[in-house]
Amino acid sequence: MGEMDRVRWHCRRGLLELDLVLAAFVERHLERLDRRQLAILEELLDKPDNDLLDLVMGRAEPADPSLQPVLEMLRTG
Amino acid sequence: MAIAKREFDAVVVGAGGSGLRAALQLAEANLRVAVLSKVFPTRSHTVAAQGGVSASLGNDEQDNWHWHMFDTVKGSDYLGDQDAIEFMCRKAGEVVYELEHFGMPFDRLESGKIYQRPFGGHTSNYGERPVKRACAAADRTGHAMLHTLYQRNLRARTQFFVEWLALDLIRDAEGDVIGVVALEMETGEVMILQARATLLATGGAGRIFASSTNAFINTGDGLGMVARAGLPLQDMEFYQFHPTGVYGAGVLITEGVRGEGGFLLNKNGERFMERYAPTVKDLASRDVVSRAMATEIKEGRGCGKDGDYILLKLDHLGPEIITKRLPGIREIAIRFANVDPVKEPIPVVPTAHYMMGGIPANYHGQVVVPDGRGGERVIKGLYAAGECACVSVHGANRLGCNSLLDLLVFGKSAGERIVEDLKGGLAHKKLAKDAGEATMARLARLDSATSGESVAEIGAELRRTMQLHCGVFRFPDSLAEGVKKILDIAERARRTFIRDKSSVFNTARIEALELDNLVETAVATMISAEARKESRGAHDRSDYPKRDDGNWMKHTLWYKEGNRLEYKPVKLKPLTVEAFEPKARVY
Repeated sequence: MGEMDRVRWHCRRGLLELDLVLAAFVERHLERLDRRQLAILEELLDKPDNDLLDLVMGRAEPADPSLQPVLEMLRTG
Repeated sequence: MAIAKREFDAVVVGAGGSGLRAALQLAEANLRVAVLSKVFPTRSHTVAAQGGVSASLGNDEQDNWHWHMFDTVKGSDYLGDQDAIEFMCRKAGEVVYELEHFGMPFDRLESGKIYQRPFGGHTSNYGERPVKRACAAADRTGHAMLHTLYQRNLRARTQFFVEWLALDLIRDAEGDVIGVVALEMETGEVMILQARATLLATGGAGRIFASSTNAFINTGDGLGMVARAGLPLQDMEFYQFHPTGVYGAGVLITEGVRGEGGFLLNKNGERFMERYAPTVKDLASRDVVSRAMATEIKEGRGCGKDGDYILLKLDHLGPEIITKRLPGIREIAIRFANVDPVKEPIPVVPTAHYMMGGIPANYHGQVVVPDGRGGERVIKGLYAAGECACVSVHGANRLGCNSLLDLLVFGKSAGERIVEDLKGGLAHKKLAKDAGEATMARLARLDSATSGESVAEIGAELRRTMQLHCGVFRFPDSLAEGVKKILDIAERARRTFIRDKSSVFNTARIEALELDNLVETAVATMISAEARKESRGAHDRSDYPKRDDGNWMKHTLWYKEGNRLEYKPVKLKPLTVEAFEPKARVY
């Protein structure tokens, strides 16, 4: 439970756009993520806000393709 | 139970631009600094600033700080303190060059100098023509600034307390501030961080409005702490709005949409701007457009089931123009408004963006209150900088690119002042036995409550009330009703209840504590706005459409106790130059 709550807080960002995307994601998907997906999400959340927003909005692609599955979930909302 | 305690020379609350700039000054003076931040420092809201930072470097064409000062005073609608404005405009070059030396990746001219671009309201020769004064790092100026300052702080060995939420100030019997009570999110433990100097740099409070461009973290935490400590908040009625934010989300739709031929519609499908501005229509200035939108909504011509938004139509431009000339707009509308603007109009509403008011401070960052004899006195040990402070350089309305400048100039000057004050003997004072007890009682109530009001519901109602009754254009009947409603909400907020009582990263508890701060900020804003019977800068009233220098050229001070208001004079005398006399503000 602790890990999930930590991730939930890490979805609080400096950019409103990310807050909105991540809040919707948390509501729909967070509780159902497996350990691997949760780890990918944390890796995405470690990125600087503007880089993460570019990924989410499809303006950039991740250097590491293993991030793709969770990124796709963020992109489709 | 005794609360754990640690001692520092200085505690900085908030790690956005101003907090980091101040912390750097302190750490480089070899002081023991603790910087508290509820999110990782580079995720502070400064990251969202795109426009740039203003400084009259004159890299591309002639410019000087006196012209910048004029633009700022005029922009403030003559409510800005001219001593502080002179200070800021004169220091602009110094702090920008410093940032350049810290490694900030500014855009460059071919000559290698910092590139400067024009920006609304920046003029040469006292309003004569536009001037290039904005320094930027692409469209990521705030982002670059934050990362540059964070790296520099790591080098200076600033100590960060990341994911700590400051809860309250600690004042001793003499009223001096001697530290803060804070909550470590990871453990849920509460600690006293005792300090010889405490700097609040907690940013804005845009989340008091239903439609806001601000990130979720902007809950006015420093303002709530100050209000609960019995200190006033200044000029809270002045909030800058942008006419077109996505309804229900707050994400901005650039004014370029109207520039390219998009226009606004009410629920009858009427292009109503033709009535308000027959010649320029939808291209009227921001305040005219915002006022028209608010009037349409107020008079029952808003769209949707609650009649509370306006439609921005651009499908007639065709997909090619939309994609080519308005890049990103389609994606933003699809993502955040759930409509494809190529086919459907975008629901929009005037959206809160920047708080001009805040914690009363002078240009040294010292928090000041009236001394009862017509002057001011410093609250020993307490400082404030950045958007949470009211210095007041922005007065009734902020000039573009002056927010990032404010962070740099007053972050630095507050840091310098703290260093001086600590050298001058500002010492640790004795912590009373009951220090922090009021905070512990607030937490204990929340943890023991088995029923009560929902934090989410009260928060939503607070935001709706502020948007409806204290928005971009204000009506007397609506303000009076708003005061009643917001006081009722404040009362209900004393009985909030959370189901989750766990300790580790309990976001429900954090949100309940943030709500306490939103409530103080919202009440201060509504009451200050209802009382100011004039229109000035961002405070726009239907019943008093003109600025009234005879009665209202003064700063508002709101106190939590009894919701008392007091007023203090505007500092019209600059430091070294002649004052700019009030004139009508036309562009």
